[in-house]
Amino acid sequence: MAASNTNAPTSDVTPVGAQAEAEAHRLPPAPANNPHSLAASVRDAAIAAFLAGVLGFFFIGVRTDIAPGGLDLRMRWGAWIVSILVVFAGRLLLNIFVWKTDKPITRRVKTGSGGMSETVSKTLKYALLAFALILPFFFTTFFPGKDRQFIDLAILIMTYIMLGWGLNIVVGLAGLLDLGYVAFYAVGAYSFALLAQYLDFGFWLALPLAGLLAATWGMILGFPVLRLRGDYLAIVTLAFGEIIRVVLLNWYEFTKGPDGISGIPKPTFFGLELKRGEGGFADFFGIAYDPIHRFIFLYYIILALALITNLVTMRLRRLPIGRAWEALREDEIACRSLGINTRNTKLTAFAIGAMFGGFAGSFFATRQGFISPESFTFLESAIILAIVVLGGLGSQIGVVIASVVMIGGIELLRNLGFLQQVFGSGFDPVQYRMLIFGLAMVLIMVWKPRGLVSTREPSAVYKEKKRIGADMVAQGEGH
Amino acid sequence: MSGAAELLLAVRGVETYYGNIVALRGVDMDVHRGEIVTLIGANGAGKSTLMMTICGDPRARKGRIVYDGMDITQMPTHEIVSHGIAQSPEGRRIFPRMTVMENLQMGAALVDPDHFDKDIEKVFKLFPRLKERIAQRGGTLSGGEQQMLAIARALMSRPKLLLLDEPSLGLAPLIVKQIFDAIRELNEKEGLTVFLVEQNAFHALKLAHRGYVMVNGVITMSGTGAELLKKEEVRAAYLEGGRH
Ligand SMILES: Nc1ncnc2c1ncn2[C@@H]1O[C@H](COP(=O)(O)OP(=O)(O)OP(=O)(O)O)[C@@H](O)[C@H]1O
Ligand SMILES: [Mg+2]
Repeated sequence: MAASNTNAPTSDVTPVGAQAEAEAHRLPPAPANNPHSLAASVRDAAIAAFLAGVLGFFFIGVRTDIAPGGLDLRMRWGAWIVSILVVFAGRLLLNIFVWKTDKPITRRVKTGSGGMSETVSKTLKYALLAFALILPFFFTTFFPGKDRQFIDLAILIMTYIMLGWGLNIVVGLAGLLDLGYVAFYAVGAYSFALLAQYLDFGFWLALPLAGLLAATWGMILGFPVLRLRGDYLAIVTLAFGEIIRVVLLNWYEFTKGPDGISGIPKPTFFGLELKRGEGGFADFFGIAYDPIHRFIFLYYIILALALITNLVTMRLRRLPIGRAWEALREDEIACRSLGINTRNTKLTAFAIGAMFGGFAGSFFATRQGFISPESFTFLESAIILAIVVLGGLGSQIGVVIASVVMIGGIELLRNLGFLQQVFGSGFDPVQYRMLIFGLAMVLIMVWKPRGLVSTREPSAVYKEKKRIGADMVAQGEGH
Repeated sequence: MSGAAELLLAVRGVETYYGNIVALRGVDMDVHRGEIVTLIGANGAGKSTLMMTICGDPRARKGRIVYDGMDITQMPTHEIVSHGIAQSPEGRRIFPRMTVMENLQMGAALVDPDHFDKDIEKVFKLFPRLKERIAQRGGTLSGGEQQMLAIARALMSRPKLLLLDEPSLGLAPLIVKQIFDAIRELNEKEGLTVFLVEQNAFHALKLAHRGYVMVNGVITMSGTGAELLKKEEVRAAYLEGGRH
């Protein structure tokens, strides 16, 4: 270092980057072969389209059918041309907006990461809450023909929001990667179903018991994995989820195995059943019976359960136990050296997260009226975890956005019938949902590596409240 | 320190293993109430291990650790800490995504919340920088600020005995001086007992009342700070290159 400095004492002083930048300003732009020009973008897209045409000719353009006496070749010019056009347009758009431009929009998205300012996110929160509260009436008023379908979808989304919030306690706050969360969902669902079947329990009586049972199972899972972290924890929880499912599948005498349990009772409104005729809800209030009442009622139950989950989580975050969860996520050794009982802290995270999973499971059972182990596969765990991760670990509003996008997205796929005109009548967009999920996840992780809402709101403020500049609360990278 | 001072921490014949690897081979050490005691030694000598063993993580396989008249050798870490031993572990280990305020709250996790406001003002007087940065994430603090936070966080638990592992690690001389001044002030004004592990032997021995030298998991020398500073072996091994 010292030797090289004596030879060129000054040249080391200017940073290399600054030099290059200065050079770039001095050089006039060369229009002929400027890699960022529109012409270059079009040329590039055309090359890509040509390649797509060549490669796709046999895969897409030619179709073989079995015909009497051999194979029958059919040309599918439409599909072939469409695929070329898609490649051309896609590549061109990417060139113009991302690859061959000085201002890629991806960068704009990135600098805006965590970009939701405090007021915007607060407003959004209250707006979403207000909408959630009036949602059934919104749909019955404005979409009377499709209100059942929409409210049913809202119930589904709300269930996932609740599951996401429950898992967020374990994964987002306590940092314990749980791949078997669906086990607690299953425990909750089966608790209610079995209590109803064998002991004639109603929904409201079974609900707290189901939560309690799920919490107990959370602890049972928690004990053996106390010393595990990261990958190892993930694998054990994954196995745990599968074990629960396999037990439910094989314990035929008790759970009816793959046949599932049906005839699970519906919840009552303070003892009133939501049924037609004498003694029902409509009859009691003197209104005309409408099956939509039951959907609205179910919606408000899950909304209330989800809001309770959220309120409890937000409250816990401000209490020592919630802070300890977050500290545990950050640094376990430091936690121990500060006198935190890490064992109990982890167990409570597992138990409370599991409890909400159990509540959601009970609700699922009562809504469906029928459950079987098939509803509790690893895919469910993966979807819930994806909701938490995409939402931004630990962010409550992120879970809402991710649930709406993902669960609503699947539903949207069912309504893309027009694509069949393009890709042929055998094309079922729903079959591609995992592909699209994967793609969406990759894209979100590229643009927003910490999830949609990556800012972490501090749980406490110093009593002398000051305006805190964005620079002061920016996230440290790498954690 | 007079020899009659009350014994706060006594380490007797402590042996600690990591699996089958021995890290401490019979350590004896005393810390009296109101003292600053420093432990110096080469990399890998076992200094951090001793500090962690005092906190029960890892646990001593042989020997006894007595703190304030209690045998804490087999106590769980969180109980040991609740009896008034606070630690600022090696490498600071602050909570990076949590704010300075939340880090300090974590330090006070075991303390009656009524003390919080008073205690936080006290650490702010010691480290005014932290007050300016109260809402900043721990991970975005500078190294020196992080060290201050680590010490402040430990102080929030109202310790009787403060264990500091290499607080000068990676800090500029000026910041090291600030931190050492703060330690001295805590000791003189509050009578806080401090056990300090340091690589910066010169400063540590100047600050401490007494010191120990550890080599390969055993204590090889002890004496007052001034005595050790004069010893030829210490100068040769730990003060090479003169005053740091
Ligand atoms: N978790 C562990 N597992 C196995 N061996 C360990 C572990 N921690 C420390 N050791 C070993 O124990 C010995 C003592 O380590 P220790 O960290 O106590 O040294 P130290 O004196 O603090 O060194 P330094 O000044 O570099 O911090 C070393 O040989 C180290 O490799
Ligand atoms: Mg060390």
